[in-house]
Amino acid sequence: MSIAANIAGEGGSTLSSEAPGSLEPVLRAQELSKQYGPVTVLSDVTLDVLPGEIHAIIGENGAGKSTLMRLLSGYVEPSHGTLSMNGHAVKFAKPAQAQDAGIALVHQEILLAEGLTVTDNLFLGRELSRGHVVDDRTMRRLATEKLAQIGCAVSPRALVRDVSLADRQMVQIARALLDDHKVVIFDEPTAVLTGGEVERLLEIVLQLKAHGTAVLYISHRLDEVQRVADKVTVLRDGKMVGTYPGKTLSQMDMARLMVGRELAALYPERTAAPSDVPMLSVRNASVPGYVEDVSFTVHKGEILGFAGMVGAGRTELFEGIIGLRPAVAKIELEGKSVHFQSPRAAIDAGVGYLTEDRKGKGLLLQEHLAPNLTLSALDVFHPGLSMGRRREAQALEQAVETYDIRLKSLGAKAAQLSGGNQQKLLLAKVLLTDPSVVIIDEPTRGIDIANKAQIYAFIQELVAKGKACIVISSEMQELIGICDRILVMREGRITGEVSGAEMTESNVAVLATSGPKQGPKAKGGTKWLS
Amino acid sequence: MAVMSESASRRRPLDLNISWTDIGPFLALAALLVVGYLINPDFLSATNLANVITRSAFIAIIAVGATFVISSGGLDLSVGSMAAFITGITIMFMNAVAPHAGIWAIPAGMAVAILVGLVCGLANGLIVTVGRIEPFIATLGTMGIFRALITYLTDGGTIPIDRSLREAYRPVYFGTVGGIPVPILISIAVAAVASFILYKMKYGRKCAAVGANEDVARYSGISVIRTRTVAYIVQGVCVAIAAICYVPRLGAATPTTGQLWELQVITAVVIGGTALRGGKGHVWGTVAGAVILELIANLMVLSDFVSEYLVAAVQGVIIIIAMLIQRFSNSK
Repeated sequence: MSIAANIAGEGGSTLSSEAPGSLEPVLRAQELSKQYGPVTVLSDVTLDVLPGEIHAIIGENGAGKSTLMRLLSGYVEPSHGTLSMNGHAVKFAKPAQAQDAGIALVHQEILLAEGLTVTDNLFLGRELSRGHVVDDRTMRRLATEKLAQIGCAVSPRALVRDVSLADRQMVQIARALLDDHKVVIFDEPTAVLTGGEVERLLEIVLQLKAHGTAVLYISHRLDEVQRVADKVTVLRDGKMVGTYPGKTLSQMDMARLMVGRELAALYPERTAAPSDVPMLSVRNASVPGYVEDVSFTVHKGEILGFAGMVGAGRTELFEGIIGLRPAVAKIELEGKSVHFQSPRAAIDAGVGYLTEDRKGKGLLLQEHLAPNLTLSALDVFHPGLSMGRRREAQALEQAVETYDIRLKSLGAKAAQLSGGNQQKLLLAKVLLTDPSVVIIDEPTRGIDIANKAQIYAFIQELVAKGKACIVISSEMQELIGICDRILVMREGRITGEVSGAEMTESNVAVLATSGPKQGPKAKGGTKWLS
Repeated sequence: MAVMSESASRRRPLDLNISWTDIGPFLALAALLVVGYLINPDFLSATNLANVITRSAFIAIIAVGATFVISSGGLDLSVGSMAAFITGITIMFMNAVAPHAGIWAIPAGMAVAILVGLVCGLANGLIVTVGRIEPFIATLGTMGIFRALITYLTDGGTIPIDRSLREAYRPVYFGTVGGIPVPILISIAVAAVASFILYKMKYGRKCAAVGANEDVARYSGISVIRTRTVAYIVQGVCVAIAAICYVPRLGAATPTTGQLWELQVITAVVIGGTALRGGKGHVWGTVAGAVILELIANLMVLSDFVSEYLVAAVQGVIIIIAMLIQRFSNSK
């Protein structure tokens, strides 16, 4: 790497502690580490944040960005390492302490009380009062000012429930900016925003900078990072790759730094080309509120990728197809016209779906492994009146063997497995129903690199056996690494298809962020985030 | 198949650590028996114990059904008034057919009871699942309906069972087989069938999965609606069985039959180790819970320490302690 790590921002002044910097860091993190039990999620992160500076943090999913933000804003306490503000050591045991010290966090998820007004939400927990009486008028005036300042047109009297998702994000930002903070942390602020709204947000960020506030900016959208960041810190697998001056990095540089060198070994060699025998063909699929008029075909022996931003409607599309939510579509499975009323019907017909939410929707965490493994296949597996416990135990042993599930004992509960092993158990569970089409939503979310490589190899084996596989992922590199073909979705529609040499991160990113814009809008109250 | 035999030979040890939730109710039951004996040696006499357990049989049988409902993530507040309603319908039916059918009115009446229980359970289940109404509210509604119907049918008074049937029906509550009172045998049989269903049949898995995490169940291709509705039907049938046992004891249906049973039933289930938020059901724990409730009442009558007017208070303390034990054993 030609760019040295830890060099200073604009003006060339070095910022190591010995050198006399022109500006003192408002927030300094030294060798921050966080462990959960034996698992290290973040190790030795050192970070200087200067006033009036936009400092971007980038990294793949699971790289430790969110953990770092939670450490800095008092949601989690570090296992090792120190934090200091303006040269004084600080310790945050809870978020309120970080807030009092001048650090505000704009959450990725929208955390607002839907039944209260915009003003109520802005002042929630720190209401102004005269004596014991809440001073609504002053709060409303301040709210109006703050909203106007960030260019948000919602009425302070409106109920949050009636406000669009983008405006809710703005309200959330206004809430963070209500007091003057020294440091404002944005965690993926543009995930739910579209073109014009993103511009407005970036303006706010620049305003803060001009005001002398330090901004920590986490984003997946590398183009934004390139536009506004003065410094970029790259995290990978919980470790710090380095801090670089923002304007010197191209988006490709950033991607390369994020992914690291294991890239080549991570993805398995394709052994056979996909056939042109259609396995699952979907025409004009619509899922009300999420997906409009999507058509695609996946062939025998093919790995088909679905790329797109969070909220592009990919998960909803497939939940609609397999009967988990209302949808309209013409579906053909191996040439036969089918319609799945329920997930049961889809499973019986040979379409298996691995949810992206393995803890919430995939596994019974408090249950033992065998009941989890056979849950989708109960009818096939236990044909008689009473259950075949021995066959079930054998199936578990075989799955543990085949999928290399690491566990302390066969009597363990699902919650006791690591994320990667849970994912392998979930894969085993779905494959126990012997599907001919396997749909995998976020196959490697939050799991380590060794398990990732194994899962990619399993997917490869599936298609080698003549199954068809659909992979939905927010990690572009992953799709490019394993897929034969990638369809890109944006706002509920397919905006393009890439295959072969065209499968590059920039091609996919362009389709994912700037395709046609007239997709169905989220209705008020509907959660756009999947 | 080399892989299979190899993996079978080096089988990993299964954890057999028994949790407090599993054995807690039985330990509590044992402790209660010891304390009872120390307070009053008559407490452990066969007659007294047989009496107490016989009296706990109704709650036990209904609570076994409630174990299904609660395990599947539901709740049924209507069981007490449903018991009264079924008792009323059954007695009216038997009285009506007695002049023609004689003794045969009794088995026919029992069949009617089961049928009514089934329909009541189905109604509760459909309102909760298809109607998507909170179980608490839905069964609060049917609780009122059943109670009002029995009050209407009895015209606010009582419907006694026909004299010609009384003697023939008596053994169902007062009889013994091999020295063991019939209601005890019936509740053991009900619990045995229930534990077979919950622990040995596919339905048990589905029921626990739906209760533990509805989403996981749905994504695994399990019909939440069907599973939960079946649980309510099982509950209805259990109420009917309890009502059948209850008829000879009172000899009549009244508007106050089964009042506040729902609270005792839920208490028994929770003491028994089934989590109120759903998940794995503990059938035998539930039975132990029902016996514990009745033993406490009995103990307070036999001893002079605490006024028997405080029975409900002591039961209340017991349920809170049971919940605290569950809380602390879970948070570890």
